[in-house]
Amino acid sequence: MANYSTSEFKGGLKFMLDGDPCSIIENEFVKPGKGQAFNRVKIRNLKNGRVIERTFKSGESVEAADVVESNYQYLYNDGEFWHFMDPDTYEQVSADATAVGESTKWLKEQDICTVTLWDGTPIIVEVPNFVILTVTDTDPGLKGDTSGGGGKPATLETGAVVRVPLFIQIGEALKVDTRTGEYVSRAGK
Amino acid sequence: MELDTHHTSWQPTASLEMIRSRAQLLARIRDYFERTGVLEVETPACSSYATTDPAIESFQLTYTGPGFPTPHPLYLHTSPEFPMKRLLAAGSGAIYQICKVFRNGELGRQHNPEFTLLEWYRPGFNHHQLMEDVAALINSVLPETREIEYLSYLEIFNQHLSINPHQATQTELQQCAKQHGIADAERLNLPTKDAWLDLLLTHRIESQLGRNRLSFVYDYPASQASLAKIRPGSPPLAERFELYMEGMELANGFHELTQANEQQQRFNQDLKQRENQGQAIVPMDKNLLAAINSGLPDCAGVALGIDRLLMQITQATDIDQTLSFPTSSA
Repeated sequence: MANYSTSEFKGGLKFMLDGDPCSIIENEFVKPGKGQAFNRVKIRNLKNGRVIERTFKSGESVEAADVVESNYQYLYNDGEFWHFMDPDTYEQVSADATAVGESTKWLKEQDICTVTLWDGTPIIVEVPNFVILTVTDTDPGLKGDTSGGGGKPATLETGAVVRVPLFIQIGEALKVDTRTGEYVSRAGK
Repeated sequence: MELDTHHTSWQPTASLEMIRSRAQLLARIRDYFERTGVLEVETPACSSYATTDPAIESFQLTYTGPGFPTPHPLYLHTSPEFPMKRLLAAGSGAIYQICKVFRNGELGRQHNPEFTLLEWYRPGFNHHQLMEDVAALINSVLPETREIEYLSYLEIFNQHLSINPHQATQTELQQCAKQHGIADAERLNLPTKDAWLDLLLTHRIESQLGRNRLSFVYDYPASQASLAKIRPGSPPLAERFELYMEGMELANGFHELTQANEQQQRFNQDLKQRENQGQAIVPMDKNLLAAINSGLPDCAGVALGIDRLLMQITQATDIDQTLSFPTSSA
């Protein structure tokens, strides 16, 4: 792969650090008027999601990471791997539990996800901010109670459990915010 | 014909209010110098000579035309220091200048390759007297006057990192950086002990300086003397100072070196370091050396970043907010 010099540093740049692919969140040029110049960067390790702060001497270079993000359709889970397909090329990739992480709670077959591949292997699977999922289990609750106070847990078709208003019934489709894990609204059919 | 304005952001990055604040700041500075008897001067932005300082890169231009039979290299000044010293040597007395200066390779939240510098010289002053002058000027332009604090370079390292910056070896400084959580201390390959001091200063000390006050740091390691007098002693110390406000470096001043021989030696040292680090070799200013040799009066001088001062006055977080058109959109 190519190298990047610190002059190319900016948010989103992907490079290799200590053997792991990572992405720049924030880059700050630091230099005393009459002294050494540094790049102080906030970096996300793309394999474990950890955010760290690192410092480079300005002018240093780093190895570019072969990281690409693209949209894939979720196909199925075989018990060990989650399989995805590029909807344009039909090329398939499989992601392990580490790559899928929390997204597993929201993954519904045929939904389109953003998959980050490093050297061709998925390392991050991101679901859309909002997904529509059907309620498979919840207390019947009191019909007509629309006060919304308190709410109740509901299990969705992917296994995720979210708090919903009391009027929500089994079989209803809900819009859920995957970033917060919160119910947004009923999804009109 | 269709206008080619695609992807162009022609709007200024500074608000009109900011542009008015800048005008007001410049007027107040000029008023301060008028009241204290300092003469405004202008010196060239282009010179056949450049700064040798390895930490500062000049932009190079080429003049072609009458006066020079072959293309002639010129350098944009990185500060008006050298010609202003020539004026001092010619008997100008106290002088100041507000001008654009240019430094290659510097762009960030607090840097723009082209910026406005206020530089002034006071014959008969040492660096302590000049620090008081700087504080008086700053307090005359701030919305609220600030308390002033004077700390030696030794004190700030002692206070924040419990290390003696003059005695510590390069390895000890590296160790100190590691202990204070600078993850790359192990990996970083810094060229000099001063670069390690810069790492500690910028990463672990600066942000604490000038909180609700004006913090002056003075008496730098002799190796960072630049154009300041070195006071003999154990250790010898550079009569240099910096001003910090809210963690930001605003000004750098010297009790000026007035020995031509020593000045030439320092230029040569700089050039040697430039060569070792693979940096451009630039011609040292012979006019300056001649002027110092003919007699530069004992004086102190300081350079103050106007854009950064404006950031402090207006609480801007990015230098671009103070510039009508930063280099990225100029």
